Amino acid sequence: MNKELINLVDISKSYDGEMVLDELNLNIHENEFLTLLGPSGCGKTTTLRILGGFVTPDMGRVIFDGQDITSLPPNKRQLNTVFQKYALFSHMNIAENIAFGLKIKNKPKTYIDDKIKYALKLVNLEGFEKRMPDSLSGGQQQRIAIARAIVNEPKVLLLDEPLGALDLKLRQDMQYELIRLKNELGITFIYVTHDQEEALTMSDTIVVMNQGYIQQVGTPETIYNEPENAFVADFIGDSNIIDAVMLEDKLVSILGTKFGCVDTGFGRNKPVDVVIRPEDVELVKPEEGTLHGTVTHLIFKGVHYEMEVMAGGFEWLVHSTGMFPGGTKVGIKVDPFNIPILNKPASEDEEATAIEE
Amino acid sequence: MKNNRLMGKLFSSPYIVWAVIFILVPLGMVFYYGLTDKTGAFTLENVTAIMTAEHAKALWISLGLSLISTVICFFLAYPLAMILANMNVNQHSFIVLIFILPMWMNFLLRTLAWQTLLEKTGVINSILSFLHLPVLNIINTPYAIILGMVYNFLPFMVLPIYNSLVKIDANVVNAAKDLGANSIQTFFKITLPLSIPGIISGITMVFIPALTTFVISKLLGGSKILLIGNVIEEEFTQAGNWHLGSGLSIVLMIFIIINMAVSAIFDKDGEGSFL
Repeated sequence: MNKELINLVDISKSYDGEMVLDELNLNIHENEFLTLLGPSGCGKTTTLRILGGFVTPDMGRVIFDGQDITSLPPNKRQLNTVFQKYALFSHMNIAENIAFGLKIKNKPKTYIDDKIKYALKLVNLEGFEKRMPDSLSGGQQQRIAIARAIVNEPKVLLLDEPLGALDLKLRQDMQYELIRLKNELGITFIYVTHDQEEALTMSDTIVVMNQGYIQQVGTPETIYNEPENAFVADFIGDSNIIDAVMLEDKLVSILGTKFGCVDTGFGRNKPVDVVIRPEDVELVKPEEGTLHGTVTHLIFKGVHYEMEVMAGGFEWLVHSTGMFPGGTKVGIKVDPFNIPILNKPASEDEEATAIEE
Repeated sequence: MKNNRLMGKLFSSPYIVWAVIFILVPLGMVFYYGLTDKTGAFTLENVTAIMTAEHAKALWISLGLSLISTVICFFLAYPLAMILANMNVNQHSFIVLIFILPMWMNFLLRTLAWQTLLEKTGVINSILSFLHLPVLNIINTPYAIILGMVYNFLPFMVLPIYNSLVKIDANVVNAAKDLGANSIQTFFKITLPLSIPGIISGITMVFIPALTTFVISKLLGGSKILLIGNVIEEEFTQAGNWHLGSGLSIVLMIFIIINMAVSAIFDKDGEGSFL
């Protein structure tokens, strides 16, 4: 892991008495693609605005490269932002937009011209210098917003839901584009989104947030495969979150049926949550399954079928390439590796942070 | 489609009739009277009459005073509009109300009120002399006319500027700061250029009524200062010379059209590359 570039230390912020961030601590590394992921109102945008300098935290410090920049205004910070809905200067053409930051810093004209060319090439919009922002499509405006930010050679690029206004296909293309840009520039990207797929595709590190708290920090794989709590499991992809009892090491009782698992150290007869991804649920012939049930719904989703199976008094969500029409009696099997065991939230407080949507 | 268009025509017909009777016909009459003499023969004399010393002077004073008033209105209105635009909705609706409230009162009444306030023995001077301060002698001077114009037309400058300021996305301003601009640079490079359409319509909405007013100059300027509006009014009401009055009106219209044409060009640029 590269060296730490930004430390958020005990950051708290409230608006009109409503707590948005509560003693948030986060370390961001050099050359990292870090995504702040969470539902609306989770504090991710506030965190980004604190980094950009547009919001001053009530408490806590922002350390950038070893220096406290908590009260430094945005125009003095070594980072640039790509804003939601691009925020291009509509009264300037593309070249003037990109040159804005450089002109403020009184860079020589030849340097600025070179930079404009370089930036437009980087975002694949060569020859757009004289165009006006209004004449560009959403995706092109997005690229210009990125070009305008990166010509200033920031150490960190902040991106506030930059793909939110684009259609699905374009959004996917831009995701690859952003990864390529980040690799070419070799700088830190801090990305805010509520779209878990975007987060999983692009990030080195995902920070899952909810109600002002960080729920989990980890690589996309860890976040997806080993969610730390029911909120993370529920927010990242679909999942079956079921009350269960840990009978002993490597044996869990789910809906009254014993399943083998791989977790140990929970003690005996301990109530827990299990999280089973829909694609990890295997549907087999009734006599081969650990649990028996009936298919209640079947939807074709393109890559796979989505089915709901009533078994053991719980409606299981199942993704499978095999098709079982509604009414079919099936058996349910789950590989022990695919049954992550989560501790129940310890208090009402934690319960409140768990599931919101 | 055809039916819709027919319905549209039907519904717009009252307005078309109204426009013809109250806009086109009077305008046609102004041109008819302005371009004919008493015998009904064509002449340009009524229009060229603007060249006579008395009329030219009135026109210059009108242009000068309305220009000064427009400039004063702009410098008062812009900061005010900015303060309003930066307020939250609850606060600003109250302030906007305070601002618009006087506009609900009759224009003549408000101007008459200023006459009473400014008179040599008026309210302000009574208070000043009661406090043993030197009295104000601005009634019947150009200053009183400018005061009247600024007072009456200021809201027409504030509102369009305010409208164009609130339309600016807060993130655009943030983006400028993010790119290193300080508050002053941000204002001159971003906020001001983006509010030009509002400024232009504000200028038009103050300059044109100020240029054509005759009430303000009559009430606050006494009979000493004649604006072009007063000259035209006198031709119609006192001299009874509709031909000359109309001729001078045509000249005034030319100035208004020039003003609007210039605004249109600037406004278009404001949407485009104007910086």
